[in-house]
Formats: sequence, C-alpha cells, structure tokens
Amino acid sequence: MNFMASKQPENSLLGPEADSQRTLYPNVTGTSVVALKYKDGILMAADMGGSYGSTLRYKNVERMKAIGKHSLLGASGEISDFQEILRYLDDLILYDNMWDDGNSLGPKEVHNYLTRLMYNRRNKFNPLWNSLVLGGIKNGEKYLGTVSMIGVNFEDDHVATGFGNHLARPILRQEWHENLSFEDGVRLLEKCMRVLLYRDRSAINKLQIAKITEEGMTISQPYSLKTYWEFSAFENPTQGAVGSW
Amino acid sequence: MDLNMDLNAPHSMGTTIIGVTYNGGVVLGADSRTSTGMYVANRASDKITQLTDNVYVCRSGSAADSQLVSDYVRYFLHQHTIQLGQPATVKVAANLIRLLSYNNKNMLETGLIVGGWDKYEGGKIYGIPLGGTLIEQPFAIGGSGSSYLYGFFDQAWKEGMTKDEAEQLVVKAVSLAIARDGASGGVVRTVVINSEGVTRNFYPGDKLQLWHEELEPQNSLLDILSSPSPEPMNI
Repeated sequence: MNFMASKQPENSLLGPEADSQRTLYPNVTGTSVVALKYKDGILMAADMGGSYGSTLRYKNVERMKAIGKHSLLGASGEISDFQEILRYLDDLILYDNMWDDGNSLGPKEVHNYLTRLMYNRRNKFNPLWNSLVLGGIKNGEKYLGTVSMIGVNFEDDHVATGFGNHLARPILRQEWHENLSFEDGVRLLEKCMRVLLYRDRSAINKLQIAKITEEGMTISQPYSLKTYWEFSAFENPTQGAVGSW
Repeated sequence: MDLNMDLNAPHSMGTTIIGVTYNGGVVLGADSRTSTGMYVANRASDKITQLTDNVYVCRSGSAADSQLVSDYVRYFLHQHTIQLGQPATVKVAANLIRLLSYNNKNMLETGLIVGGWDKYEGGKIYGIPLGGTLIEQPFAIGGSGSSYLYGFFDQAWKEGMTKDEAEQLVVKAVSLAIARDGASGGVVRTVVINSEGVTRNFYPGDKLQLWHEELEPQNSLLDILSSPSPEPMNI
C-alpha cells in the first residue's frame, strides 16, 4: 500500500512541507489528564474535549481507553496521534494474546513500550504529539506512569499532563495519601478537574472518570461538574475602582 | 494587495460543508465557491463528491488536495467492493480517508466530511479534520464558513429529525454561513443518502431565504422608481 505512506523526495526542491518526516504542530488537541493511585487500583480523569486551536470544536472525544486486561491509557495532545498509538497498542496486545501462553502484558510493560515509541519518534524529529498517562494493576501491584512527547517518562503515585501539571499536582501533593477510598479518590480528582475547568481555556465541562482494579476497567458516563460563582467579591469587582477589571 | 500574487495563490475552497444524520440516513450539504486568493475561480463547484454508490464526501480546504484524496479513496473502494462482493461500509471509506490524511498530514491541507448509508449501521457521518483525526458524529460542520455555525447548531440540532427537517436545516445553515463568510457563496448543494438510494438537490443563491440587512433582488433601479411610492410611516 505504497500510496498510503508519506513520500520522501530524494532531492527536494519543494519547501519545508515536503520534509514529511517532521511533525510541525498539533491540530485537534485534548487537554489535561489527571490520575492517582487509590486503595484498589488507579483512578483517572479527563474531559471529553477536542480543541481546534482556540475553538472548542469536538465535545465527545473519549481520551481514555483500556489496553488489554490490566492497563488504562489516557492522552492529551493531538487526537490523531492518540488514535494511531491505540492502533499500535492493538497490534501489541493482539500479538501478546496470540502467544496464548497464559501471560499478558502488564502496565509496566505497556508503559515501557510507549516510552520507546515516543522517544524513538522524538529522535527522528517526528514526535507523536501527546502526553500519555498509563495506569493499571496486575497481581495486586498498582502502577501509574507518564510519558511525554519527547520521551520523558516516570512513575508516581499521582500524575497529570498539560495544565494539570501546574494546577492539579499541587493539590494532589497536599491531599493525596496512601490507601484512598474510591469515594475520596473521585472527590480529589473532581477537585482537580474543577480547578482546571475554572482556569484552563481549553477545558470543557463534560468529563469521565475511569477506574481500573484487579477486576477490570470501567469508565463512567460523561457528566458535568457544578461550579461556584457566588463570591461577593465577584458580584461588583470594579465598584471601588471604576474602569478597572 | 497584490492582485498578481493572489491569482497565483493555490485554489482553495473557503467553503461551508455540513453532514447531518437523520432517522433513516444522512444529508450532506455544501456551498459552491472556489477561490484563488480574492478571485472566485468557480462559482458553481460541486464539493460533494461520490466515493461509492452509497458513500459521499464533502471537501474543504485545498481543492487539489481534497480532489486527489477522494480520487485515491474512490479507486481503493472500487477494488475493495469487488473483493468484498458487496457495497463498502461508510466506516471503511472514512478510515481510508483517515489513512491518507494522517500519513500525509504535513503536506495536505484538507478537511473532509464522509457521509453515507450501509445496511449494517444505517446512516453515518464521520468528520476528518486537518491532522487526520477520525471522529464519528451525529452531525459535522467544516470549512471556513463553519465558524459561523457552531452557535446555530448548538441551538437548532436535534436527534431523530425527518428527512425534510434535516435537509431544511442543512440548507438554512449553509445559507447563513454564505451570508457571513466571504470564502463561501454561490448555490447550496445537498445530497441525501438512505436505504432507497441517493438524491441530489440544488438551491440557487437567489432562491434562498434573506437574512439580516439583505434585500430582495431587483432587475433594475428603474423598476423601483417606476413602482408606486412606499407608504408613509406612522409614528
């Protein structure tokens, strides 16, 4: 299927666009993903927005997907690249299943695969424009890691991408603790997502929370968070200084 | 502005394109303006292109890029249909478009809306914007004119419309976009696809509803002058 692949001209008299082995900029993007470890596994949250520049164009994009039996992948950044990563992972999981040997790839292995994928693309100056969060649990061992578009990867008890790094992580650092209950975990994630909704222009008020435990993965129905605007200071902010903001 | 440079600018379909599902199929709609810079190179283009008997695509962005992508996909789908022994599904057509758009994302500048009907899933609409993201939607809008329609559709769209309601919505929307987008204009073309087949419709510019600050077209000023004077105003 040679028609499908990008053509690379040998002596390129064309402009920089012909250098097709280099991703220039993202088009349709997802914003923050936030995740944390809790008592029974991993909880992850992401909104359902796909932004097109500054336009909030798509409002039904699922940015978290199950990978095999043990992992959950959340992505921010270019949605088409995320869709391509899911295809790569489909192949990986299929190959793993075809061995039919009773073993299955756990979150640690999938995270490692993604790290190699992202880093090797970065080395070719053609990154997959995503920040990924990979969480899961296998044989009682919880795992939560992240990989960026340049291949930076690490694991932690709580992670976030994009704006979440600046707004959610400080909250998580203060309030996360070992063995959170499901309810506390959800409330903590919602606290983070609400702040992101207030302060991230590309956030939309329609999110999902995904849970992965030893039993399996479930993803909530899309829902919206209540927001609070009734501070007295908000009502007439310029009263004492007319013309200010 | 340098007229010379503009005439050599790549042919671009500023465009308004729309695809809408209804209870039984899909309605695709588009304007008909193709521009080279500020000049309207074709005022009656057909931006709704056939891929198979049951799948069509609305093209926006670079005219050349969108034509080539549709040509390749039509070619692949033709072979696929022969091998499969039955009509291709809308999903397959959309994925082929996605493959080309994604794998050549640095060189292509085209946003497409694939719509059609197949016996497995009924009427389906897939949006494939710049970059090659594939997204199934109950309705999709695209092209420069679509900027003016986000609010309109937020308000006017509803699930489970009839064929006529869906078509009227599409015509109204394209017409509203033409009113405000300089890169869209001409006629409104629609294509309705359902289990019964495909119907093409044509709504010439002068037959569309008038919007804010638009006036009824006249043959000449002389007709206005010779007609009876308007009624005096009452306060």
